[in-house]
Amino acid sequence: MRLRWGGERLLSVLSPVLLLALWELAARTNAIDTRFFPAPSDIFAAAVTLIRTGELWDNLSITLVRLAVGFLLGAVPGIVVGLAMGLFSPVRAILQPLVDGTFPIPKIAILPLFILIFGLGEESKYAIIAVAVVYLVLINTQAGVRNIDRIYLDVGKNYHATRWMMFTDVALPGAAPLILAGLRLGMGVALLVIVAAEFVGARSGVGYQIWTSWQVFQVDRMFVYLLVTAVIGFGTAVVMTFLERVLLPWKQH
Amino acid sequence: MTSTAPVKVRIRGLRKRFSVKGRPIEALDGIDVDVEAGAFLCIVGPSGCGKTTLLRILAGLEEKTAGTIEVARDAAGKDARERPVNAMVFQEQSIFPWMTVRDNVAFGLKARGFSGRDRYAIVEPFIRRANLGGFEDALPHQLSGGMKQRVSITRAFANDPEMLLMDEPFAALDEQTKLILQAELLRIWEESRKTVLYVTHSIDEAIVLADRILVMTARPGRVKDVVDVASVFGRPRRVEAVKESAQYGELFGRVWGALREEVMGAQAAEAVS
Ligand SMILES: Nc1ncnc2c1ncn2[C@@H]1O[C@H](COP(=O)(O)OP(=O)(O)OP(=O)(O)O)[C@@H](O)[C@H]1O
Ligand SMILES: [Mg+2]
Repeated sequence: MRLRWGGERLLSVLSPVLLLALWELAARTNAIDTRFFPAPSDIFAAAVTLIRTGELWDNLSITLVRLAVGFLLGAVPGIVVGLAMGLFSPVRAILQPLVDGTFPIPKIAILPLFILIFGLGEESKYAIIAVAVVYLVLINTQAGVRNIDRIYLDVGKNYHATRWMMFTDVALPGAAPLILAGLRLGMGVALLVIVAAEFVGARSGVGYQIWTSWQVFQVDRMFVYLLVTAVIGFGTAVVMTFLERVLLPWKQH
Repeated sequence: MTSTAPVKVRIRGLRKRFSVKGRPIEALDGIDVDVEAGAFLCIVGPSGCGKTTLLRILAGLEEKTAGTIEVARDAAGKDARERPVNAMVFQEQSIFPWMTVRDNVAFGLKARGFSGRDRYAIVEPFIRRANLGGFEDALPHQLSGGMKQRVSITRAFANDPEMLLMDEPFAALDEQTKLILQAELLRIWEESRKTVLYVTHSIDEAIVLADRILVMTARPGRVKDVVDVASVFGRPRRVEAVKESAQYGELFGRVWGALREEVMGAQAAEAVS
C-alpha cells in the first residue's frame, strides 16, 4: 500500500516534468512553432524580467485587490440574505423570483452596463465580481439552511432557543458546509470574471496583460501571466481548504 | 410510586390526526393517562402506533388535534431562567455535530440565558456523573454511539426539566452498552426523581426501568393496558436483581400478552394494505 502511494506520487511529479522537458526539446528542435509555444526556458526568462522590473507584482496585486474586495462585497450579503431566505418564508417569497429570474444571465454580459454606471475605474470591477459571487453564495447558503436536519431545529425549539440562538448556534453552523462550498464556487467564478473583465475593461491587472501581450504578440509574456492566473487559482483553493479545516473541524473524519 | 403522589401530567382524550397527501392518518385515537409526579412511566407499543407522536405533542413540537393535557407546574413564574417544563431525548441522533460535548450539554442553559461561566459550572458535575469526564472538548464524531446518547441524555438532565421525555434513547445501542446505560440512568434518575415518560420497544427495558408500563394498541394508538411494576420491584432498583427474580417472568408475560395481539394485528394489517 505504502509502496504504491510512493510510486504514484513519483509518477504525479514526473509527468509534468516530463511534459516540460518534451516541450523544451520540441521548441529547441523547432518541432513546434515557437511563435505560439515559446520554450519553457524562454518563458522562465521572461518571468524573471517581469519580476525584476516589478511589473508582475504590480499587476498581480491589482488583480488580487479587485478579487478580494469584489469577493467580500458579494459573499457577505450572499450569506446574510441566503440565511434569511432559508429561515424565513416571507423573505423567500419576496426574493426567490428575483433570484431565479436574474441568475441565468451570464454575469460577464452585465460588464458594459457596469462600466457605463461606474466608469472604467475599480468600482466596475468590484461590482461585476460581487454580482458573480453573490448568486452562488446565496443559493448555496439557502440550500444549506434548508438541508439542516429537522431534528436540530426540533431540539432548538424544545429547548426554547431564542431566534438569535437559532441563527447563530443552529442555522449558521448547520449550513456552514454548503456555505463554504458556495464560497469555493464563487471564488472560481470570480477569477473567471475578473480576467475577462480586465481583458476589455481595464488598463492594468493580470487579465489586461494577457490581452495586450496577445495584441503585441509577446507570447512568452502571455504565458507568464497565464501561469500567474493558475497560481492565483491554486492559491485561492488552498485558502478555501484551510478555511474549511478551521471552520468545520466537525466535518473532518 | 404509590397512587398517593400528586398527578404531574393528566392526559384526556388526546387525539392526533396527520394528513398525508390529503389523506387523514389517525396516529392517536383518544389517549387517557395520568402520570404521577416523580414516576417513571414506560410506554411500549407496536411500531408506528404513535409513541413518538405522543412525546412530541407533550414536548410542544406537534399540535394535538383534540383532547387536553394538563401539566402541574412546580413553580410558574415569568423568569426565562426558571426550570423548563420538559426536555426531550430524541429517538434519532440529535446532538449538534458542530458543538463540543460541553456546549451540547449546556445548550438548554444557554437558551435560558445563563452566562458561559455559569452554565459550564452547572454542566460540569452532570458531565462527570455521565462518565463523560475528559471528553468535554470532544466533538460528537469523536465519540462512540453510546457516548453520544449519554451526551443527549445529559443535555436533558443538565437543563433540570420538571419532566423528561425519552424516546427510545438506547434503541440503537448494543446489548452490553445498553445494560450499562440503563443502570446509569436509574442511578441518575433516582437522585433527581423527575417525572419520566420513556418510550421503548423492549419489554425487558420497560420492566427494569418503569414504575408503570403503558401498553399501546396498534395505530391508531390507544391505551391497551397499564401494568404496575412499582408494587413488584421497589427502589432503588438493581438491573441484575430485577432480571434474576421470579416475578420478572410474570411481568414479562403480562406485557407481552397485551402487546402480542397488537403486534400481530399490525403485521396482518400491513400485509393486507
Ligand atoms: N409528520 C408526520 N406526518 C404524517 N404522518 C406522520 C408524521 N409523524 C408521524 N406520522 C405517522 O403517525 C404514525 C405514528 O408515528 P410515530 O412516529 O408516533 O410512531 P412510533 O410509535 O413512534 O413508531 P416507532 O416505534 O417505529 O418509532 C405513523 O403511522 C406515522 O407514519
Ligand atoms: Mg418512534
